[in-house]
Amino acid sequence: MRRGSAPMGYPDSHRMDIATPAAVRPAGRARPGGLALSVEGVDLRFGGIHALREVSFAAAPGQITAIIGPNGAGKTSVFNTISGFYWPSAGLIRLGGEDITRVPVHARAALGLARTFQNIALFGGLSVLENIKLGGHHAMKAGVFSALRYGRAAREEEMALRAAVERDVIDFLEIDHIRHLPVDALPYGLQKRVELARALAMRPRVLMLDEPVAGMNREETEDMARFILDVQEEWGATVLLVEHDMGMVMDISSHVVVLNFGEVIASGTPAEVRRHPQVIEAYLGTEGAAA
Amino acid sequence: MSEFVEYSLLGLLSGGVIALVALSFVLIYKGTGVVNFAVGEVMMLGAYFYYAGTVTFGLAPWIAFALSLGLIGLLAVAVERSVLRPLSGQSAVAVLMATIGMASIIHGAVEAVWGGDTYSPPTLLPRTPLTFGEILIPGTVLGNFVVAAVLIGAFLAFFRYTKTGIALRATASDPVTAAVLGININYSQRLTWVLSGLVGTVAGVLIASSAGLSPLLAAAALGVFAAIILGGLDSILGAIVASLIIGWVEALAAGYLGGKTRDVVPYIVVLAILIVRPYGLFGTRTIERL
Amino acid sequence: MRTGVFHETFVAEERLWDSTTTQRWMLAFTLALFTLPVWGTDYMLAMACIVGIHVIATLGLNITTGNAGLISLSHGAFLGVGCYTVAWLAKHGVPFYLTLPAAGFVTAALGVIVGLPSLRVKGLYLAIATLAAHFILTFVFREWEAVTGGVPGTSIPRASLFGFEVGGDRRVFYLIFACAFAMAVAARNLGRTYVGRAFVAVRDRDISAEILGVNLLRTKLLAFAIGAFYAGVAGGLLGYFYGAITPEYFVLTLSVFYLAAVIVGGLGSVLGSILGALFMTLLPELLRLAAHASSQWFPAVAGLLLPMQQVVFGLLIIVFLVLEPHGLAAIWARIRRTFHLWPFRT
Repeated sequence: MRRGSAPMGYPDSHRMDIATPAAVRPAGRARPGGLALSVEGVDLRFGGIHALREVSFAAAPGQITAIIGPNGAGKTSVFNTISGFYWPSAGLIRLGGEDITRVPVHARAALGLARTFQNIALFGGLSVLENIKLGGHHAMKAGVFSALRYGRAAREEEMALRAAVERDVIDFLEIDHIRHLPVDALPYGLQKRVELARALAMRPRVLMLDEPVAGMNREETEDMARFILDVQEEWGATVLLVEHDMGMVMDISSHVVVLNFGEVIASGTPAEVRRHPQVIEAYLGTEGAAA
Repeated sequence: MSEFVEYSLLGLLSGGVIALVALSFVLIYKGTGVVNFAVGEVMMLGAYFYYAGTVTFGLAPWIAFALSLGLIGLLAVAVERSVLRPLSGQSAVAVLMATIGMASIIHGAVEAVWGGDTYSPPTLLPRTPLTFGEILIPGTVLGNFVVAAVLIGAFLAFFRYTKTGIALRATASDPVTAAVLGININYSQRLTWVLSGLVGTVAGVLIASSAGLSPLLAAAALGVFAAIILGGLDSILGAIVASLIIGWVEALAAGYLGGKTRDVVPYIVVLAILIVRPYGLFGTRTIERL
Repeated sequence: MRTGVFHETFVAEERLWDSTTTQRWMLAFTLALFTLPVWGTDYMLAMACIVGIHVIATLGLNITTGNAGLISLSHGAFLGVGCYTVAWLAKHGVPFYLTLPAAGFVTAALGVIVGLPSLRVKGLYLAIATLAAHFILTFVFREWEAVTGGVPGTSIPRASLFGFEVGGDRRVFYLIFACAFAMAVAARNLGRTYVGRAFVAVRDRDISAEILGVNLLRTKLLAFAIGAFYAGVAGGLLGYFYGAITPEYFVLTLSVFYLAAVIVGGLGSVLGSILGALFMTLLPELLRLAAHASSQWFPAVAGLLLPMQQVVFGLLIIVFLVLEPHGLAAIWARIRRTFHLWPFRT
């Protein structure tokens, strides 16, 4: 598998640069790098349900942090709070040191926060390419009137987005052969990959992946794991991962947080967490952890 | 002062019938999640069937009433089978548009068959008015209210205490689990539509026999949407309370501002509610599970 | 036989008419329409004008309902707002190139007022709010006599450009044609840019869209406002075409008519809007001709025309929703594909 910098071998791929005006040609493959994400003392209640109790942990910038725990432990609630769908009754969320607890959901994209969903949340009415291009939405500046006329501003922005998406995302995730297909027509594994592509098109500094390999076989899981590692290495983004596949979690993450009944019961390196008695009892089971 | 009391009383009582129509709508929404824009048209069709039974065929009022109930019930089953079941996978928007289409078909068919004139079908209830000193309440208004109240009370009891009622509520809130537990969800949903049609027919016959029958009857139901929003889309209790309020406001407007405003007032109320309190008085603020 | 189109640059791929064949057909079609006053009958010209007006209105509703999934029952009333705005402004001597955009903006502003409270909640509340708006607006049409002339209606002076009157069906035809063409292209352009994509995203999965940075309320309002703008312009052109208008024209059935046009044509598709509008305009004409022809045997049929239309509109909506939700546009695409691949089977 390619890891890297050379574009797919189309002989005329350099023409893409000619098509995009100089002003918007991106400078090399510079990446903004990851931000630190910290959850501090977050408490979340839904009526009678105490979903999260004083949850605190930190995802170091540029590292892969995993959140594990049994179903109903509150993992998706943590994600939803970080995304901004829930406002905690106590506690803070900090992105790169800034408090974003009460920032509206749609404003967090521009701050560098991207996310995929447990159940695929692609837009059925659009093609793969259009889905991915939506990742760039938060950076689009051309006004409605320019869009209606397809004037210079809108057109150039659109072409630049296309070039960037093709080069940085579609080639990177090897989905160029399906880019014009409607997403509904794709098999599950590819849909998951398109969702990751869309999140990458946001140029995230923190990437949250909610069960990225759920329902995948061995081969697909390995492919996805390698893509995630590539994202971390080349893009330098902070990755926050919720996953049940222990093999993958232990392999790729540098820090693991364990939730049970809305509380953090352990956190540390994969090796430390694997041996932690409470974790074994609540989640992993005795006779050693899964592979 | 007695004017105010008279208007208020009239309004509250006519609110009872609005509550029936609102019930017809909320039943479908709570039972199947479908927003039924054809509520008024079904009501109107039931009234026309009743009219046809009594005037055209000369049947006794109660027999004609029973017949129209039966016909509407059959129609509800047919509609549910041919239109709603094929559309069950599609988005709520598509189903809503289908009900708009249904409303258009029924409206056009009624006008084509019976024309645009106003008719006066015979009443099922006594016409004797009730007087409190200076205040005159027409017998039909009082009678309508009593019928509506009885029927709504019966439905509330039905949903709470009978096996079928609870099964309907279960199907409404989680069809998959209900099916797993052995409830026949197809039957439940069909029954919901039939019940909704029957309730609408009762309301239609009541209104037609007291206020006259014409294709404009369906427009009376549009005021119901104001009640539904005010009460919250999925709350039966809310629909009832809101209907009374809307009836009261309508009567006051008609009395103090003139008859023409009566039609517009509910709509202004709708927009006002949406600005101030969009979930209505009793509606549930849904927390979506992500 | 053309099985596909090969592009070498992104710019070429994003073009509206991306192959030479398509470009030639578009040119031929445009030329044919442009010269219609020369080779067509007066009846055809009048029909073309009405089709043009309906096309513009349907385009607008398709953006609101087809793309963004917001149901609007006030589209008919919005046409009325545009029409009366143009009538009032034209009476004060404002030329058409100002009255038409003004009508559009006034209607769009009204759309924002109606949409703002209801879109904060569910999209479905918008349907009810637009219903309320419809009745309030028609009430205003009937009662605000100073501006609208009340129930008897009002007349609209001819559109004029520096004293040159756009009178007669011919000249109005060119005005309508130009507007329809420009606004169709604008609608296509929306689909090519992030604005149109955001509409579809909001329709399909609004939670996902929010995460991607789409401001839900603003996007929905924009979709609604643009649709209203189109309705306003269509209403204004309606006024210039008929020369006089009464509130009776803007009934709820008109909104249902446009909804049917959108569904029949194909939700979210510009070609669908055009085909749907064409279909829905010709259909009542066909019904009228059929009624006229059969009036010898069934004299009562003539009086049934209006209610029959209602039945037919409703039937069309349901039939197309159940059988072909992507509308005439999908049927057209299928026919094209058959031609492209002939003699091979699709």
